[in-house]
Amino acid sequence: MYKELIDEAPARQESLRRHRTLKPKTFLMILVMVVCGPLGNVLLGKGMKQVGAVGIWPVSHLLSSAVSILTTPSIWMGISSLIVFFVAYMLVLSWADYSFVQPASSMAYGVVALLGYLMLGEHVSPLRWVGVAIICLGVFVVSHTTPRTTN
Amino acid sequence: MANFFLFSVIVLAGTGGELCVSRAMKQVGEATSFHPAHIVCVVLRALRQPWMWVGVSMMALAFFALLGALSIYNVSFVVPVTALSYIAGALGGVIFLHERVSFWRWVGVLLVAIGVTLVIVGKG
Repeated sequence: MYKELIDEAPARQESLRRHRTLKPKTFLMILVMVVCGPLGNVLLGKGMKQVGAVGIWPVSHLLSSAVSILTTPSIWMGISSLIVFFVAYMLVLSWADYSFVQPASSMAYGVVALLGYLMLGEHVSPLRWVGVAIICLGVFVVSHTTPRTTN
Repeated sequence: MANFFLFSVIVLAGTGGELCVSRAMKQVGEATSFHPAHIVCVVLRALRQPWMWVGVSMMALAFFALLGALSIYNVSFVVPVTALSYIAGALGGVIFLHERVSFWRWVGVLLVAIGVTLVIVGKG
């Protein structure tokens, strides 16, 4: 029985060590995702509102729409932000479980509510705050599981 | 009926797409550094995985299906879609990616699904 414990010890230490290094970088990438994802959507939405209704026909309308889309700074900032989001998403999925990353990235709903409240002075209904609190609780529970359960 | 079809396409293509992207990234293997050159290398390797392209196409399909659905139905349409996506995601992780979803991870996933539902209902 003791022998089994001793044999298991190095493997367990190895898994603990990997666990310790996996968590911080997983949290870092999820932080980048929950900030850049909503930010990109807001910037893109803001940019498209500046552009206004997009004409498709005749071709001259399509061209002028395309030019005004491509010359709007918020649209470029939005696209850049969404690219950063997707790269962070790809990186974190290269080492962490999808079933860990998907619920954890729902913190974005909390970020959106908080930013809307603090920066845009939006009214956030009590029900929405309750939802955010339950999401936080859920993410807290998920974050206590091992980020990676495959090989 | 059309409603149900659109609904299934959004959940299945959306979550399925993300699962395929996950599968591609598992094939690429763990990114070991945040050096820009290494990140570019990982992204390029990912772009050579067929699962990556399947995943991105499915995500695009889900995106346009959602836009279409929102032009026909009310925003409340997205509530069951998003809530179910979390359940479908965890199930897909187990079946398609062979991840081990522990009891506590299921509890967390369910809490998140409930919370997201309340957030969307609370916005309306």
